[in-house]
Parts: sequence; structure tokens; C-alpha cells
Amino acid sequence: MEKDTLQQTQTLDEMLIGQYRQYKELISENDTPHLRQIRENAFQVFEKEGFPHSGTEMWRHTDVDALTEDDYVHELKAPVVTENIEDIFQCDVHDFDTETISMLNGWYTSKTGDLKTMPDGVVVGSISAAMKAYPELFEKHYGKITGSESNGFVQINTAMMQDGVFIWVPDGVKVTKTLQIIKIINRKEQLFVQSRNLIILGKNSELSLMHCDDSVDHQASLVNTVTEFFVDENAHLELYKLQNLNDNSALINSTFIKQMANSTIKTNTLTFNCGLIRNSIHVKLDGQGAHADVLGLYLMDKEQHIDNQIRIDHNVPNCTSNELFKGILDDEASGVFNGYIYVARDAQQTNAYQNNNNIMLKSTATINTMPFLEIYADDVKCSHGATVGQLDQEAMFYIRSRGISADNARMLLLYAFAADIINEISIEPLRQRIDDMVKKRLRGELSVCEKCVLHCGTPDKEYHFDIDLSQI
Amino acid sequence: MLLNIKDLTVAINGKEIIKGLNLQVNKGEVHAIMGPNGSGKSTLAAAITGRDGYEVTKGEIWYKGQNIVGLEADERANMGIFLSFQYPVEIPGVSMTNFMRTALNAQREYRGQPNIPAGEFLKLMEEKKKMVDIHAKLTKRSVNEGFSGGEKKKNEIFQMALLEPTLAILDETDSGLDIDALRTVAKGVNELRSSENGFVVITHYQRLLEYIVPDYVHVLSDGKIVKSGTKNLALDLEEKGYEWLKEEAAV
Repeated sequence: MEKDTLQQTQTLDEMLIGQYRQYKELISENDTPHLRQIRENAFQVFEKEGFPHSGTEMWRHTDVDALTEDDYVHELKAPVVTENIEDIFQCDVHDFDTETISMLNGWYTSKTGDLKTMPDGVVVGSISAAMKAYPELFEKHYGKITGSESNGFVQINTAMMQDGVFIWVPDGVKVTKTLQIIKIINRKEQLFVQSRNLIILGKNSELSLMHCDDSVDHQASLVNTVTEFFVDENAHLELYKLQNLNDNSALINSTFIKQMANSTIKTNTLTFNCGLIRNSIHVKLDGQGAHADVLGLYLMDKEQHIDNQIRIDHNVPNCTSNELFKGILDDEASGVFNGYIYVARDAQQTNAYQNNNNIMLKSTATINTMPFLEIYADDVKCSHGATVGQLDQEAMFYIRSRGISADNARMLLLYAFAADIINEISIEPLRQRIDDMVKKRLRGELSVCEKCVLHCGTPDKEYHFDIDLSQI
Repeated sequence: MLLNIKDLTVAINGKEIIKGLNLQVNKGEVHAIMGPNGSGKSTLAAAITGRDGYEVTKGEIWYKGQNIVGLEADERANMGIFLSFQYPVEIPGVSMTNFMRTALNAQREYRGQPNIPAGEFLKLMEEKKKMVDIHAKLTKRSVNEGFSGGEKKKNEIFQMALLEPTLAILDETDSGLDIDALRTVAKGVNELRSSENGFVVITHYQRLLEYIVPDYVHVLSDGKIVKSGTKNLALDLEEKGYEWLKEEAAV
């Protein structure tokens, strides 16, 4: 492999700008003219503004300077997988029957083709295949939900995205089997991975989706994912995000959800491990009677960093939203929670609730929690709250006075704290598995392999795939 | 002797609350400790059960032939010491059933016994629930969460019945109880009384002692036991208050 064209001593944005100019045709080979224009526009913004940095207000507490100044390999062609990929992507959530969508280093991998229609009518596949097959859906939704206010990570994703997941649930289809997107990062070099997902729920449809970010080994990576959801009238979406990457990895995750009338969504972001994570979730309530539950749990230690940026726009009347994020931070871990609720001028009868609770196990752990309400309507109910504390010493003594050791008493209290979020998982086998993972995580017993919801079976085995640069 | 407290001094944040206290409790005995507010009753309970922040600056607490000063709270519990809290703590998210099974198994492990089988544990719970007339649904809820004052106190006695301690300290178990709940709590305690265990009943009022009849009554004032006697002492206190004892002590 010719490394000189990919691995350079430039900063990441310089490298990406260079790649875009040089390989524009390759990158946009599946584009419709409409998409090509979106790409070009995003590129121009990125070229001017670059990545956010420590001086950018919204990124003040999450330092990405070191990340974007590092050297990365960025693949412009899908890897040739020499191992049986289906074997890596075995989920060991027992009794949990899911339809698996696998992504390796940001590329869609499947033995059964790039785009398939399931018996119930759901279309699942690679976004690059879907943009050719469904140009009208892309014209209508793609790049529309992200909106104009975006940052460099979203812009460069829009400019250079090549693959990701596409799911279309047509009107009236209720998907009974949970779909599971499993993204694995596995490569010897330090990778920059982008993926772009578009998920469309038609009127009166239902979808339950799991989105797992995992890494197989200890190699560093920077993953930049953008996902757009369109949830049409009276559709119902459940979204579970599981984040288990190694301590050297960074994950920038931007999720945009547009909801139409009487639709409901419930997102549950479960962060177990990663060097640095920024989850940005932006929900736009654009139809009356829509409801959003946005939940999350983060368990961080060592020098890990978690940043949850939640924005909920109440753009029309009679919508409700409920945000609850809970976190346990140990060692020198740091966290950020930014909960932004926007209520437009005519969005009367809005009911918005927001809460962020944190337990700090050591005085060296830090959290910045910032509720922010911007309300232009007068007949609304909005509440917010944030707590940062240590374990309740009264409760500790009470439990220990019954004979339970200090370690187990701490476990009981931490687990009880986390259970609020775990109990919101409505898929029972998944709830049990997460429950088990949380217990193990709190006991410090999650091994590298078990951190992953996948069961690789052979964690020491290496998977090889290379880009053939001669074809670029 | 079950409990032998010798010349005990206890300080909180450097301030002495218990100032040279002596107390002996034998198996089969019920001792009542009475005294005005701030006399050190709850501090004594905390010192015996090993609560953090209660520093024993002098003296010894002998229990079953061992000086337990310095032992952790959970170890003392495993040795058979139980505290019924004046203010039971709410623990959201931890179910009563799970809490009690964990506690019972911790104590069994300490004694070298295997974990209690699930079926046996449920049977045991049913049996003890009846003893204190506790509502069946309460054990399915989180520990003390949303319980009324009376339910919380009954729940303390329920836990005591399950764990079968050899030394039980009841810290103002009567406070906030109506007469029916008081009777139920007392009935539970009386059923648990045996020749093998001892009780230390801390209370403000003589009323509880009509139902849990003590063998000895001690009056605690300013960190010391200033008078000891039989159950009749409690009646005197009810009639005369604590002032006459202070005067007597001053003479």
C-alpha cells in the first residue's frame, strides 16, 4: 500500500481538503446532481471554517484540537474483506433476534447485496446504493434534517461521505424484528472513519433500531457519524445507541431527527467506554402531538470524556419532550451535558422536561452541566434540573448496617442510579444484556472483549483487508 | 455477657457527646435507654453499630467476647448486631426483596453458610411479613421509597425479623407511630425476644415500654448514664420529667 498519499504530516482538515480535490470524482461517483450540489456546498463551508476548535463556544468543554491535528488514514474505497464478515458480526445478546446490518471501518458489508427489500417491505442497505435507487427520497430528505446550523464535522461528513446505512420503512409497515447496525473499527493504522445514515419512517410505521459502535482492538480511530431520521405522521421510532470503543478512540456522533404530527421517538444512548465521545442529538418537533423521549446513561472512568449535546426544538404547538441523562464518572473522567430546549413563538401547550444527574466517584472527575431554555411562547410547561453529587452516605451506612460490604453497598447504589435508564429499554433480552453489562462495568469486570456486545469468539484473531490504491 | 461497654467516650468532629459511659447487656435482657434530647442516645447507637464519623476516643465496646471498636459497620452487622433506624433511609431503585436477600446472604456467607435458595427466601419473607403485619406489596417496592412513617418503622422490624440478630438496637422506633402501629411493632419485637438475644431500646417516652417491657431502664444525660433501675424508673420519669435526675446528679 502506498502510504505517502494517505498518511501525511498535515492536519486532518488539510488532508481531507486535499483528498476531496484530488478524488472528488471517486467520492461522488454514485451522486445525483442534487447530492453533488449538497456535497459541494458543504465542502465550501468546511474549506472556509474547518473543524471546530477549543475557541469555538459550543466546543469549549470538549477539546478536539489534539484529535484534528493528528495523523490518520482515510480510506476512499471499501476494504476487501478476506474473512467471513458475518462471523465477526455475531451479536451475543442472548435470545435477541435482530436483523443485522454490518459496517466495517465505515463501509457497508453484506453477503446478500448492497440493498435489499425485506418480506415486510422494509428497504435496508448501503446509502451509496440507495441514492441511486431512490433519488426522490434523497431529494426530499437527505441533508434537509441536518439544517443549516452545523459544524465542521457535519460539513465534512456531508462533503466526503461515501457509505453508511439506509433504511426506509414504507407507510404502514411495522417492523417486528429489531434492526441492528453494528459498526466495527478494526485496522492497524490510525483511521479516520466517516459514515452517513439516512433513516426514513413512513406514516403509521414502526421501527426499533440498535446502533452499536464498537472497536475490536486497541488501535486509535476517529469516527465521525451523521445520521438523519425522518419520522412521518403517527410513526414510532425506538433508537438504542450502544457505545463501546477503546480508550484510544474518539467518536463524534451527530443525530438529527425530524418528527411529524403524532409521531413518537425514544432514544437511549448508552455509553460504556470510549476515549472521547460527543453525542449531539437534535430533535425537531415539526408536527403537532409529537413526543420525544431522549435518554442516556454514561459510565466513564480513567481519562475518558463524554459530551452529550441535546437540542429539542418545539416548533409547533402541543408537543411534549422528556430528556433524562444520568452519568457516573470515576478517576479523571470528564463530562459535559448541554440540554437546550427551544420553544418557538406559536408553540403553545408545549411540555418539556429535562434532567441531568451525575455521580462523581472521585474528586478528580469533572462535569459541566448546562441546561438552556429558549422560550418564545407563553403557555408552556418547561422544567429542568441538574444534580452533581457523591454517593449518599446515609444510604451507604443503612445498607452496610445490614451486613452488606462497602463495595457491594456502593454497587447497589450505583446500579440503582443507572437502573432508571436501563428500565426504559423495552426490548427485554436487550434490557437484560445491558443490565448485565452495567453491573460488570460498575464492578470493573468488563474485559476488552466483553465490553463489546458482539461475541467475536476469537478476540485475538486479526482481520486483514487492504485498499488497492492502484484502482483509485 | 452479650454487650459490655466500658468507660466509652465518643466524639463527633472533635466534640465529645458520650462521656464515659458504662453498660452491660446479657442475653435474654431488654434494656431501655431514656433521656432528654441531645443526651447522646442516638450517638450511642451509632457508636455500637460502627457508623463513620463517630469516633471512639476512649473506652471499649465488647460484644460476644471481642472489642468491636474499629470494626466496619457491615462486619458488626454480620456478627449479629442490628440497628432499627430512627429515620430509615429511602433507597430508590433497590427493591426490598433484593436488598434483604443480599443482606441475608452476606450474613450467611460470613457465617460460612451457603446462599439461601430463592424459594426458601420467599417463604421466609412471607412468614416474617405476617409477623409485623406489613403489606405484601411493600416488599416489591424500592427500599422505604414512598413508605409512610409507620410503614418505615414496621419495615425496620421486618428486616430485624429476617436477619435474626443477637443484639438489636431500636433507636426511637416509637417516634411518629400511631397506637396501632406501635402495638404491631411491639408485638414483633416481643415475638423475637428469646433467651439467646438482647435488646437496647432507645426511647423518649414511657409509652413504648408498656408494650415492650424492659428488664432495666437507664437514664442518659449529657453523655453518661445517670440512673439505672427497673421498669418502674420509666414511670417515675414519665411523672417527674428529667429535671429531678439532673438535680440529683448534681448533688
